[in-house]
Amino acid sequence: MKRLLLLVIVGLWVAPMQASIEAYQFDSAEMEADYKQLIEELRCLVCQNQNLAGSDADLARDLRRETYEMLQQGKSQQQVVDFMVARYGDFVLYRPQFKSSTYLLWMGPFLLLMFVLYLVVRRLRAAEKPVEVDAGAMAEAKQLLEDSEPRK
Amino acid sequence: MIRFALPLVVFVLMVGLLGYGLRLDPKKVPSPLIDKPAPAFSLAMLDAPSRQLSTADLSGQVWVLNVWASWCVSCRAEHEVITALARRNLVSVIGLNYKDEPDDATRWLGQFGNPYTASVIDRDGRVGIDWGVYGVPETFVIGADGMIKYKHIGPVTHESLEQKILPMLKELMS
Repeated sequence: MKRLLLLVIVGLWVAPMQASIEAYQFDSAEMEADYKQLIEELRCLVCQNQNLAGSDADLARDLRRETYEMLQQGKSQQQVVDFMVARYGDFVLYRPQFKSSTYLLWMGPFLLLMFVLYLVVRRLRAAEKPVEVDAGAMAEAKQLLEDSEPRK
Repeated sequence: MIRFALPLVVFVLMVGLLGYGLRLDPKKVPSPLIDKPAPAFSLAMLDAPSRQLSTADLSGQVWVLNVWASWCVSCRAEHEVITALARRNLVSVIGLNYKDEPDDATRWLGQFGNPYTASVIDRDGRVGIDWGVYGVPETFVIGADGMIKYKHIGPVTHESLEQKILPMLKELMS
């Protein structure tokens, strides 16, 4: 019973994952790897938070076909990416290109990290610094401590 | 004082930023094709499949390309607006019948009326891909120089026709 249940669960999980992928025949293993990487990294514009690999939209199917055919014609990964960007803009890329309009996007997290590190270091330095106390106040405090010593 | 003011300033900035984000429509992806040459096509015409219409036939004039399909529900809502545009006889309104069955498309035009100067058949959607179409209906304005001047994603409303498309057409034709 338990085994059957497990089988059903696994079946339900696997079925939709395979539903959208057509069986394309590739000339070489590298080409297939290129194809898989491309459809992972290209966005489906219809269902915007899915990539081409995960989407069952009509357009995603067409763009997978386009990707496949371009690779079969001997085009490089970069040529496929350029083809998509020329038509749909940078938005199709899940991994945006590194250029002037995306510098902030790529560097932002590191800049933020550096800023936070700077704040932390500054705070630690401030904590390390010995506190300057007025000599008179110090003597007074000492006196108070001595006075409050429990009597024997 | 700054101890209390700083979180408040950060909060206000965040609210402003998020509020601005809420007003953006993530479905409207700016087309990289604006001010680029219109992708060429030569496709069979819907009412005369033996004849071809190509972008070269339209060169030298301002024209509108409207991407539509009989299966597209919002094309029906847009239909009367496209008809209103066509009635003005300002420019050629070419329909790109996108990923449709020609029989269904012809029936659809018969039922609702045919506003198009001509419709061409893009059955496998390849021309659509060249034009960066991802959500039918889409409408493009092409200048006499063959450049794409404007792209409207989704159904054209009377408002966007009056405020955006018609002024743009008049400017391009003057």
